[in-house]
Amino acid sequence: MIELTVNRKKRRYRGPLFKRLLDVLREDFELTGTKEGCGEGECGACTVLLDGEPVNSCLVPVVQAEGTRVETVESLGVSSRLSPLQQSFLEEGGAQCGICTPGMLMTAWAYVRGGGPADPESVRTALAGNLCRCTGYQHIVASVVETAKRENAKRERKRRARAR
Amino acid sequence: MRGDTESMTLLRPRSVEEALRLYAANPGAVPLAGGTDFMVAWNAGEANGRTILDLSRLAPWKRIRLTKTGVRVGSLVTHRELQIHPLVRKRLPLLVEACATIGGGQIQARGTLGGNIANASPAGDTFPPLAVYEARVRLRTAGESRTLRFLDVFTGVKKTALAQGELIDSIEIDFPRRPARQSFRKVGTRAASAIAKTVAAGLLWLSADGRIREVRFALGSMAPTVRRLASVEALLAGKKPTSRLVEEAVDLLENDVSPIDDLRSTRAYRLEVSRNLLRAFLSPGLTR
Repeated sequence: MIELTVNRKKRRYRGPLFKRLLDVLREDFELTGTKEGCGEGECGACTVLLDGEPVNSCLVPVVQAEGTRVETVESLGVSSRLSPLQQSFLEEGGAQCGICTPGMLMTAWAYVRGGGPADPESVRTALAGNLCRCTGYQHIVASVVETAKRENAKRERKRRARAR
Repeated sequence: MRGDTESMTLLRPRSVEEALRLYAANPGAVPLAGGTDFMVAWNAGEANGRTILDLSRLAPWKRIRLTKTGVRVGSLVTHRELQIHPLVRKRLPLLVEACATIGGGQIQARGTLGGNIANASPAGDTFPPLAVYEARVRLRTAGESRTLRFLDVFTGVKKTALAQGELIDSIEIDFPRRPARQSFRKVGTRAASAIAKTVAAGLLWLSADGRIREVRFALGSMAPTVRRLASVEALLAGKKPTSRLVEEAVDLLENDVSPIDDLRSTRAYRLEVSRNLLRAFLSPGLTR
């Protein structure tokens, strides 16, 4: 038995310890937002945040996630109340078929939350481990740049308010 | 065919000493660091029935420590952690650049320096920088420890000099005196998630009179193991860098490597690009 925190909730897992984190999330915790793409760490579709860092959940045996904080796409928002990043993907056309989207959102969220700059080059570098075969990336990059702009402005306003 | 969880035996040491004892008792076990290589094979169903020595709880091997002359990087330090360490960024920029080219960010966050070395791919991106920094690799068994020069760790494609029961403890890297020129270049099919066709690192120091005091140049993906260009380095040492000298050096490159045709590239292409990388490294500001 191991314990880990998934989307801010303490969870217990009793099962084979060499099961992939991806499969534990989908099958044992019924969090099916996380998708499997290539199964070899190239495409990033299965990206979740492990202690805040994007990782490929298809390459992490759950035993190595013991005691960690895992965040999946379910932590961002729900259909009736999307997170700003999800809203931006919707408005800018950042999602098409949707298979890469959960992973794309998680990598982008780690970037935006970490105060990543709102320029397309930096966003492209941050998203280098996430492949999309539909959008041509333009719209995804635009979605992330837009959110980064807003989040960085929000942070700046808070910083100023504190300084006053 | 996929990985079969029920077929796996898992060993979960809590300390380095326990890990070394368990490894001695289970010499067939696969030491698992970040898993970015092993899990790919396992997902494909190619590693079922194995015993896994999970190293993820060995905290002492996850630290970067300062030494009198540089840093000692624990074998389980990730490529991501190396990229954000202020002193590593400042004094070992070639290693930082190499770490930033391994897979995408997700792979960099899990993959470890020790795992990369133990894996011994001819195309390991961190290897040319570690070769020119003349790193040392500290190995441990349950009973003893020894230190190898970085280049001596590799004995062939995916083969290392690690003995039975031996694990990588740390990688020691001295900070070099400030070079006049330094460069890391990786040539692959795309910027991220590509395996190198050729990968190069160079350091160069000049004397007060403008001569080359010392040059170190290493290539990966150009032989079964990473190579320092010994003939090129010997030719250049103590000489004024002229365009004729650079061409002589470029002609010598072939002596120190043995690239092959494979699915990623050809021998001819690898040689041509590597020569261009060496020329570009040596050329700026040379006297005609």
